[in-house]
Amino acid sequence: MIPELGHFALVLALAVALIQGTLPLIGAARGDGRLMELGRTAALTQAFLVILAFGALTQAFVTSDFSVANVVANSHSAKPLLYKISGVWGNHEGSMLLWALILALFGAAVAVFGVNLPDSLRSRVLAIQALIGVGFLAFILFTSNPFERVTPAPPDGNGLNPLLQDPGLAFHPPLLYLGYVGFSVTYAFAIAALLEGRVDAAWARWVRPWTLAAWCFLTLGIALGSWWAYYILGWGGFWFWDPVENASLMPWLAGTALLHSAIVVEKRDALKSWTVLLAILAFSLSLLGTFLVRSGVLTSVHAFAQDPARGLYILGFLLAVTGGGLALYAWRAPTLQPGGMFQPISREGALILNNLLLCTLAATVLLGTLYPLFLDLLTGNKVSVGPPFFNATFVPISLALFAALCVGPFLGWKRAELWPALAQLRIAFVISVIAALVAGYAADGRATLAAVAFGFGVWLIAGSVAELASRLRLGRAPWIETMRRLRSTPRASIGMTISHAALGFVVLGAVTTAAWHLESIRTMKPGETIAFAGYQVTLQRVDSVQGPNYVAERATLAVTRGGKPFTVLQPERRLFLVQRRQVAETVGDYDLSYVTTADYDYMLRALALHDFRVRYLPRVFVDFQVGGISTRGLGVTIRGNLECLRSRREHLNAPPIDPAFFLRFARRIFQLRA
Amino acid sequence: MTPKRKRLWLLLGSLAVLGVAAALVLNALNDNLVFFYSPSQVTEKHIAPERRFRLGGLVEAGTVQKNGQEVRFTVTDTHKTVQVVYRGLLPDLFREGQGVVAEGSLGADGVFVAREVLAKHDENYMPPEVAKAIKEAGQWREKK
Repeated sequence: MIPELGHFALVLALAVALIQGTLPLIGAARGDGRLMELGRTAALTQAFLVILAFGALTQAFVTSDFSVANVVANSHSAKPLLYKISGVWGNHEGSMLLWALILALFGAAVAVFGVNLPDSLRSRVLAIQALIGVGFLAFILFTSNPFERVTPAPPDGNGLNPLLQDPGLAFHPPLLYLGYVGFSVTYAFAIAALLEGRVDAAWARWVRPWTLAAWCFLTLGIALGSWWAYYILGWGGFWFWDPVENASLMPWLAGTALLHSAIVVEKRDALKSWTVLLAILAFSLSLLGTFLVRSGVLTSVHAFAQDPARGLYILGFLLAVTGGGLALYAWRAPTLQPGGMFQPISREGALILNNLLLCTLAATVLLGTLYPLFLDLLTGNKVSVGPPFFNATFVPISLALFAALCVGPFLGWKRAELWPALAQLRIAFVISVIAALVAGYAADGRATLAAVAFGFGVWLIAGSVAELASRLRLGRAPWIETMRRLRSTPRASIGMTISHAALGFVVLGAVTTAAWHLESIRTMKPGETIAFAGYQVTLQRVDSVQGPNYVAERATLAVTRGGKPFTVLQPERRLFLVQRRQVAETVGDYDLSYVTTADYDYMLRALALHDFRVRYLPRVFVDFQVGGISTRGLGVTIRGNLECLRSRREHLNAPPIDPAFFLRFARRIFQLRA
Repeated sequence: MTPKRKRLWLLLGSLAVLGVAAALVLNALNDNLVFFYSPSQVTEKHIAPERRFRLGGLVEAGTVQKNGQEVRFTVTDTHKTVQVVYRGLLPDLFREGQGVVAEGSLGADGVFVAREVLAKHDENYMPPEVAKAIKEAGQWREKK
């Protein structure tokens, strides 16, 4: 009964979305207040109906209702509750329903928080949101119905893919989707602005918080995914240039560019049509990401849901959204009034450079990701474009971006001088050159590029700190003056400093993992001790452990350093009973995994990230390594931008989105692991 | 500076960035494309040793030999076979009779030295290239 109710709610939601996507548009064109008002009511109704449908599916999963085909395929009665719930979106149908849910929730959020938007703009935004919703709801209802029944109902289900039974991955898709779908709001704002024929500072003030929110979620989602890859897949890295990973990186790059160009629209009323174009592209790239993941056109370690028919539908939808958006842009963008003038050397100029480089990066990733597809279509040759390609293209362009990144904040709006800005960065420059030299020397002259990149990481951190220091007049004014300035600094500026510095930490982490990791594979018997990177690792014993839906072999490894106990590690190898699948669980912050070989020896793979000769350095790098610096660095980014988001909200004097809520949420996720 | 001059500079700047990016991309594509070959193609094409490529097919049953950390096995597309040697940890889903994709290069003795054996999320998942290679060798049975 309840699954049918969910299905019915979904059909109703589609009907409501159709109304919401048409009548308010007509109302806005005719200036009919009542038709425009309909948009808000419809948005709330649609959100309610989709919540109902999602609730019905969740209920089927939680109570293990095996008369529903989707539950049979993806759940099992012995699964822990957390994974019964995450199983709702751990499959194609459910994840599309999650997408529709988030879309409807964002629509409702615009309806609720957009009270002081101009009526015509709001109703147009809601209508565009609804039209996107129509696309997704129809997709779910016609190609991937999650509520399909099976008769007779089997006694138990097939279980969820064991690799997905992990807290990191339970929350990875929803966060990623919050990011992807968040860009639908900026897309809707862009299309509505084109329809209105007006883009101004007020428009940008509305678009920026949404972009920021979407961007934060996307960042968090990517960080969780890379963290999961790092410890559960035991791949020993956090980014593999896999097509599906690239699919999330492209909207991230476009979104980052959008975030910066929207500032120019808001402050200087310039770059308007470019910002609108970026908003269209960011959402198009999000859809492209969905298409790549869902259609299975690309060979990928992630490609576990394949269906050409569904892929074709999403491709058509992608064409409608991108093609329609771009056509409207080509038609209407020339009517947008050009805004403020500026010199090439200015804050605006720096932000244009930022946008150019970020878009070039996105284009490079797009090319590398789609090239195998085109080559296959054209010549039938199967190729793969791997990390070497991306290292050769992505890295140099990013280095140019990093070099310019610290200078931009020192330039004033409209016109500025380059030399005074560079002079303020001289200390940061000296520090980063020293860091690069020390890294090069410590790494024994190997990996010169890595040492240079290391210097760039330090440059980003030092440059951001220098910007804040000059803003606070640190060291040049009395302490009281500095403190007073710190209190009155806009939160958005602090957010900028933190995110720019966090990017530096990400770079440091990436360089350290990529260039200076040490890997060793040994065969061990219980009781045996091996030496590795200054540590002595003893395999003490191997026990059998019983989990809720798996049995595991747990090895106990005692690690000592210089004769003193350092830590005890307990990696597990879990055999999931339903699927007869083995999954290696590496332990916490240390990347150690082991396998059993036929003759009851144990093979140990250990990774360390500090192959430095200098005695006082390793300590630092151990700290970098154990946290999985990519995660930690990005975590800081998000916090910084939530601060920024809050100050935006206060500025707009609108109902606040409480960042404390998100922080609690984030903290909970991270505690689940610890 | 007139708006026209400004636009010209902007255009030149963008072209310069794009030009550098295009040069990097073309150069990288030239050097770093990794082709995918089935065992039949490997025997036909006489690939130079040290040239990196991906080899895909099925792990032939009964050929997996483990010797300490070194694993030797044979990859087949049911028509031709290629011997593979790999030092390291095999992915969880590596089984005899299952599809596999290995990246590496041919040694002087014709044995494929794998630097990486790729892991997959799903054991029922057959890499499309492997399916195609087996199909081309004329031994494909539609599953399910």
